[in-house]
Amino acid sequence: MNYLQSIGEYLLMIKGVFGRMTKGSVLKELIFKEIDELVVGSLGIVAFLSFFIGGVVALQTALNLSNPIIPKSLVAFAARQSIILEFSPTFISIIMAGKVGSFITSSIGSMRVTEQIDALEVMGINSLNYLVFPKIIAMLTYPFVIAISMFLGVLGAYTSAVLGGFVSSEAFITGLQEDFIGFHVFYAFFKTFLFAFILATIPAYHGYYMTGGSLEVGKSSTTSFVWTSVVIIVTNYIVTQLMLS
Amino acid sequence: MIEIKNLHKSFGEEKILKGIDFVFETGKTNLIIGQSGSGKSVLLKCMLGLFTPEQGTIEYDGDAYSSFNEEQKRDLRTKVGMLFQGGALFDSMTVEENVMFPLRMFTKTKKKDLKDRVHEVLERVNLNDTGQKYPAEISGGMQKRVAIARAIVNRPKYLFCDEPNSGLDPHTATVIDNLIHDLTVEYDITTVVITHDMNSLLEIGENIAFLKDGVLAWKGDKTQIFKTEDETVTDFVYSSDLFKKVRVAQQRGI
Ligand SMILES: Nc1ncnc2c1ncn2[C@@H]1O[C@H](COP(=O)(O)OP(=O)(O)OP(=O)(O)O)[C@@H](O)[C@H]1O
Ligand SMILES: [Mg+2]
Repeated sequence: MNYLQSIGEYLLMIKGVFGRMTKGSVLKELIFKEIDELVVGSLGIVAFLSFFIGGVVALQTALNLSNPIIPKSLVAFAARQSIILEFSPTFISIIMAGKVGSFITSSIGSMRVTEQIDALEVMGINSLNYLVFPKIIAMLTYPFVIAISMFLGVLGAYTSAVLGGFVSSEAFITGLQEDFIGFHVFYAFFKTFLFAFILATIPAYHGYYMTGGSLEVGKSSTTSFVWTSVVIIVTNYIVTQLMLS
Repeated sequence: MIEIKNLHKSFGEEKILKGIDFVFETGKTNLIIGQSGSGKSVLLKCMLGLFTPEQGTIEYDGDAYSSFNEEQKRDLRTKVGMLFQGGALFDSMTVEENVMFPLRMFTKTKKKDLKDRVHEVLERVNLNDTGQKYPAEISGGMQKRVAIARAIVNRPKYLFCDEPNSGLDPHTATVIDNLIHDLTVEYDITTVVITHDMNSLLEIGENIAFLKDGVLAWKGDKTQIFKTEDETVTDFVYSSDLFKKVRVAQQRGI
């Protein structure tokens, strides 16, 4: 019952976000600020994680491939598939739920407890549109982050597999091109867009509707992280079932 | 003029306002006083439409707020200036941006012209050199004054202040009280001020509502409040030692 109520409240929030628009020039400024804070600000950690995880995936595959019948190019194939299909879109998004998500919840939540949201409303501003809409638009650029993550993941795999002396450069490139299915890339970016929307709105919901003081801001950031990851994982499962099987 | 009639508001089981009737007059500083937790802020938020009362009406110059459509509500809100108890400054913006915010949102004027107006009001609250600082970088009293500047920058028709001078030194508090009063008279607006400060009562108490246990326990003006024999009022007003001594002296005819 409680969950149903939350879902209803969440949907009403989305409706409110796309309700009366804030003045265009103000909105534009907010969107650029959010792109900088949410997207550009995440590039460093995403690049670091992607490169090393890509590297470790290739390393593990290479170390576990002891059967001489299996071609070494499989290392590249396996790395490519796991990075494009799951690691970059899904796992980076979970990490973003921690980074971007808690930032969104705590910044909106602290505006709630210090009455800044009331102040917006009193001025006749649609606070949901003002606060959440720019975040959703900014997160439309999130797939670029994932594209960079994919590229660096594969680069990391190449580095560890080839420079580590497990596979030749030619074999790696061959493996990378093996059985390439364009639809997989579409699938990966399709779900990335969904995750971007989830990453912007669920943490915003937890911040916007919180009550209490600064202690509760911390608590709702944690709850927000849990729910954002759960929804991402479940959405991932459903999308995969629908699109790939 | 804002008239409230039979206003009721509760949170869950807890009844906060139990039927309040009052008229806040135009061109006067209307004060709401009462103990902490008596529902003063809740009353103000009901008047602003931030809380919806279960029962009762709020009329802005004769028009009931509940009868307004979205457009009319928004229109009303552009005519409202509000000072929140905690200031509620936007902490991601500088002082100047905070004060400019209501203007930017609702006028088409260029940023440069807006700045002149911003400097004008910042001057009125004695804050000339803080424009580029962030709210976290200035003192609590300064934040309060910035919040007042933001509330009056758009020349509101209705001005609401929740404890405008709590946390201010006595001198600044008097300056702020006088500022609020001057603006009220100058622009002929309806001003509602919540206060705990007995000095404010003396200075600008032209129309006072005293709330107790969710009802209007007393109303009158500053001369009446210091003469009344009503015990609930005297208990509250003379709870400070200083005023008690003044009272005793008065009664002895000193
Ligand atoms: N959003 C809310 N949800 C639930 N209860 C609330 C809410 N806001 C206020 N209350 C309750 O209403 C009562 C009155 O609160 P209010 O803030 O109006 O007091 P106040 O008279 O302004 O006190 P103070 O002088 O300390 O500011 C309190 O008991 C408070 O707990
Ligand atoms: Mg209060």
